[in-house]
Amino acid sequence: MIQSTQGGAATHAPLLAIEGLTKSFGKVEVLRSVDLGVAKGEVVTVIGPSGSGKTTLLRCVNFLETYDSGSIRIDGREVGYKDAGGRVRRGERELAGIRADTGMVFQSFNLFPHLTAAENVMLGLRKVRGKSKAEARAAAEHWLSRVGLGHKADSLPGELSGGQQQRVGIARAVAMEPKILLLDEITSALDPELVGEVLEVVRSLAAEGMTMLMVTHEIAFARDASHRIVFMADGKVAAAGPPSEVLAAASHNQRLGAFLARFRASHF
Amino acid sequence: MGYHLNFNLIWRHFDKLWGGLILSLELAVLSIAIGIVIGLVLATWYVSAGRVARAVIGAYVEFIRNVPLILLVYLVFYGLPKALNLAYDAPTSFVATLSIYSGAYLVEVFRSGLEAVPRGQLDAGKAIGLTPWQRFFHVRLPTMIRITLPALSNTFISLFKDTSVASVIAVPELTYGAQWINFNTFRIVEVYLVVTAMYLVTGYGLLFALRLVERRFRVR
Ligand SMILES: Nc1ncnc2c1ncn2[C@@H]1O[C@H](COP(=O)(O)OP(=O)(O)O)[C@@H](O)[C@H]1O
Ligand SMILES: [Mg+2]
Repeated sequence: MIQSTQGGAATHAPLLAIEGLTKSFGKVEVLRSVDLGVAKGEVVTVIGPSGSGKTTLLRCVNFLETYDSGSIRIDGREVGYKDAGGRVRRGERELAGIRADTGMVFQSFNLFPHLTAAENVMLGLRKVRGKSKAEARAAAEHWLSRVGLGHKADSLPGELSGGQQQRVGIARAVAMEPKILLLDEITSALDPELVGEVLEVVRSLAAEGMTMLMVTHEIAFARDASHRIVFMADGKVAAAGPPSEVLAAASHNQRLGAFLARFRASHF
Repeated sequence: MGYHLNFNLIWRHFDKLWGGLILSLELAVLSIAIGIVIGLVLATWYVSAGRVARAVIGAYVEFIRNVPLILLVYLVFYGLPKALNLAYDAPTSFVATLSIYSGAYLVEVFRSGLEAVPRGQLDAGKAIGLTPWQRFFHVRLPTMIRITLPALSNTFISLFKDTSVASVIAVPELTYGAQWINFNTFRIVEVYLVVTAMYLVTGYGLLFALRLVERRFRVR
């Protein structure tokens, strides 16, 4: 079992600090003043109904989406904007540097289809981290072994199963040694029998102290693997706390109760 | 009275046809190479450009696609040198024309190819910290090339056939060689039979080779 870092986290500024975050797509307000902190080594899981803004929240954290107001700080540094006589969008090079320290794993894997598993992992190591080909290859082989794919290093994504592709996706993200890993429903596109192998990798990363902010519909997994669960509804944090508390709150939080009822039958 | 086929005179002058075929291929290869550069640059510009630049690029594409090639060939060979007081030989003029011509078609091919690269791949490139140029070269371009390879092959085969238009400004390519032999031997049926066969065999050979290349680079 993973130990909670709740007590310690309170005394330090969190690694990821989101405050008053708002974001609209046109007229639609998708995030409505979201506050959320993730301490170093902490695993926080975001759950909530479809359309509640979970993906948007994660995408804002590495600035794949711009945000309208509020702040997102990683290690105290604002992600997308700087204060230069007003709120100014950071330049592309600066953004690239910030994103390199923020790993992301996608629901649809998003591997580079023309590159082998190893090359997928190596691209960022070579072009962003400036490693030599040999160093990058060694790191890629190390991480692919860690996700159980040492023997698939030279396979193209199209030759791999969904579960294998997603594990390459994880290796590609963690090989960059990010400060925090963002995981957006990474098992939702997988056949049920392939979900376990991917969650196992996430569990082992958590056990090693990787800081993670993830979105998942695997409630049982969220309960076991996270330090904290955040329930989002309508672009707001509707409930947050240790898994046992949040899941127990379902009895008096109607929306949460309704949301979780869908999972009860199969997962509890 | 029947027409008796006699290929002897064709074989005697076959060097004209062989040399013409080689020149046709050279014209096509040069033109598509330059056309690819034009197409890539303009397509890349187009997908990130504002409305004015898009309108200009769009106008170029529309103009070229709606004017017969033979007219463009005359314009560039006879018109431009007069208008701008330039001097260049016929093969150069033709390569320039066919490059501009193929460039217009390839802008469209590359533009739709660039837009067909899945958003998720670009997001993944961003997420590992690649800069915009790195994302373009290492993510967008390789996928786009693979998507557009079949269209690129078809364009090249078309261009190879289009080189026959160069005969109107006396570039000694394959069709011009055929005309020369016809004028000098009057074996019109034989020469055009042979030349047709040469275009067919070369065209199919190219198509076969290019399909092999496509298969090599195909990604699921
Ligand atoms: N690029 C976009 N343009 C317009 N609307 C969007 C875009 N992305 C998401 N949305 C809308 O924002 C809302 C939240 O979406 P999302 O963050 O994907 O929710 P979740 O991940 O919780 O299902 C939805 O109503 C969705 O339709
Ligand atoms: Mg989502």
